[in-house]
Amino acid sequence: MIGILRLAYKLLVNDKAKFAALLVGIAFAVFLMVQITSIFAGVLEKSSSTVINTGAKIWVIDPGVKTPVYSIPMPDYVLDVVRSINGVKHAVPLYSGGALVKLRSGVYQSVTVVGLDDTSLFGRPELIEGQIEDIYAENGFIAVKDQEFNKLENPGLGTVFELNDHRGVIVGIAKVAISGLFGIPTLYTTYSRAIQYIPSMRYTISYILVEPKSNEATAYIKREVKRMGYEALTSDEFIHKIINFYVYETGVGMNILIMTVISFIVGLSISAQTFYTFILENLEKFGALKAIGVKGRELIYMILFQTTFTSLTGYGLGVGLCSLLIATATLKVPDYTAKITYLNLGFAFIMVLIIAGISSYIGIRKVIKIEPFDIFRG
Amino acid sequence: MANLSVKATELVKWFGEGEARTYAVRGVSFEAYFGEMLYIVGPSGSGKTTLLSMISGILRPNSGTVMVENKEIWSLTNNEIADFRLNAVGFVFQDYHLFPRLTTAENVAIPLILKKHNWNESIKAAIQYLEIVGLKERAYLPPVKLSTGEQQRVAIARAIVGSPDILILDEPTASLDGDTGRRILHFVKKNILNETRSILIVTHDSRIFEYADRIMQMEDGKITEILKGDVDEK
Repeated sequence: MIGILRLAYKLLVNDKAKFAALLVGIAFAVFLMVQITSIFAGVLEKSSSTVINTGAKIWVIDPGVKTPVYSIPMPDYVLDVVRSINGVKHAVPLYSGGALVKLRSGVYQSVTVVGLDDTSLFGRPELIEGQIEDIYAENGFIAVKDQEFNKLENPGLGTVFELNDHRGVIVGIAKVAISGLFGIPTLYTTYSRAIQYIPSMRYTISYILVEPKSNEATAYIKREVKRMGYEALTSDEFIHKIINFYVYETGVGMNILIMTVISFIVGLSISAQTFYTFILENLEKFGALKAIGVKGRELIYMILFQTTFTSLTGYGLGVGLCSLLIATATLKVPDYTAKITYLNLGFAFIMVLIIAGISSYIGIRKVIKIEPFDIFRG
Repeated sequence: MANLSVKATELVKWFGEGEARTYAVRGVSFEAYFGEMLYIVGPSGSGKTTLLSMISGILRPNSGTVMVENKEIWSLTNNEIADFRLNAVGFVFQDYHLFPRLTTAENVAIPLILKKHNWNESIKAAIQYLEIVGLKERAYLPPVKLSTGEQQRVAIARAIVGSPDILILDEPTASLDGDTGRRILHFVKKNILNETRSILIVTHDSRIFEYADRIMQMEDGKITEILKGDVDEK
């Protein structure tokens, strides 16, 4: 069998033009599919950056909240009730809102301000410069050093700015796991300062972050919160809710799906058509092999091997190309949002298998039908 | 009397059904022997290629039997017939059907590779057979770099590399000039034919008749005449 497969391999790769066309077709399709779905994955991940960076196990939110960007403030009593629920180890408020910062140069810049619970500073980012206690200092803010950091004109410790006509001082530089989706820098401060500096409605608590005493308590906490008319979600559930919003309620999901299907069709058309031409050109040769004594199933193995080999090589090239592009783009464009996940790769792999399957089917159908007698009589 | 290699009895083959039915071979019987070169000649459409296809396990007859070394080949399964073709029959197709993307040696080695021999050993054996047909130095060239006559010899090497009992040549001189055709047939008779092999040739090229041991004339699906030799000559 190895000899027959080696024969199939040589017949395939020695036809350099066809082989190159097949590889280009599949690699291009994979590139597009992985690229598009990676951008989508990147967007989805960034859309959940607040949830991921904060690291709370349970989030209490207004049921109307679909994304952390647009929080619906909750009254203070909700925090008290949540704290009184059996199974809650501790519960703290979190403020999240937008503000306008006037930088040293006089330029105005939108920022997201995250107000941490004054007592615990639960959900604080990891500092790379400064001391966390300095957040309590007068007008103290912590800037996040992510892709948006330069929009704050690369502040250092002690840099002064204006936030909604209040004085602000950078007392720490922090790093977070993921930066936000909309290209806006993030500033951390205390909850009380945040609600003082930023105009608020009647209620000020954007989210309540809950640490349960045990994982088993989560279900009970969720039930109790629901009784109040609010929603308690684990961080995974909240991320899922955000993803659902972007996928199903913004049109992004449908557009990504359409683009992916187009990529698939492009790849399928190029590779299936090229492979079909390859089979047609070699049809007489396959017929001659049949006349010499190759069995039908051996011809099927040969064709399956050829399509599988081409598909996997094209898949590797496509993924490599996409990785290279994303790596380069991430270096050059700070806001570039793309992330290759196992799901992207698995999805593209399945699509490639389908392309290989359809191409094989077309080839096998043709080859199986050829009669050695047709070859013999010329 | 020489050993019988092929015995065809009352072979019938038709194509199409109903009013469109056309008889290609009508009740042909003949025998071929080891050590002989048997020609089947006749005009186009006389059924000679169809007859040879039924003998070589390529085309199933509508009726009649083909005994090869006392085995009725059309009682075998499709896979067994494929094995029969691979092991007992060597083909030289009219258009040669060499693979342009493989080297000459790889082309010749194909039957051995299909028999699951080791690749390198198959190539080594192929080169030995290329030496027999005088093309050893062309072993690593693609067939497209060879002349038509050389390609013919490569096809012959491929046909004999698996040591088949029956060698079938379909219009072997169709693409060759007269001299080359005669040289090839002379070569085949002198170097390829032996006491354990019979060679069946379909041709209508009378310039190579001199190399035949026997010549059967076919017309309209029947053997009409023995042009050379005799049915019982062997």
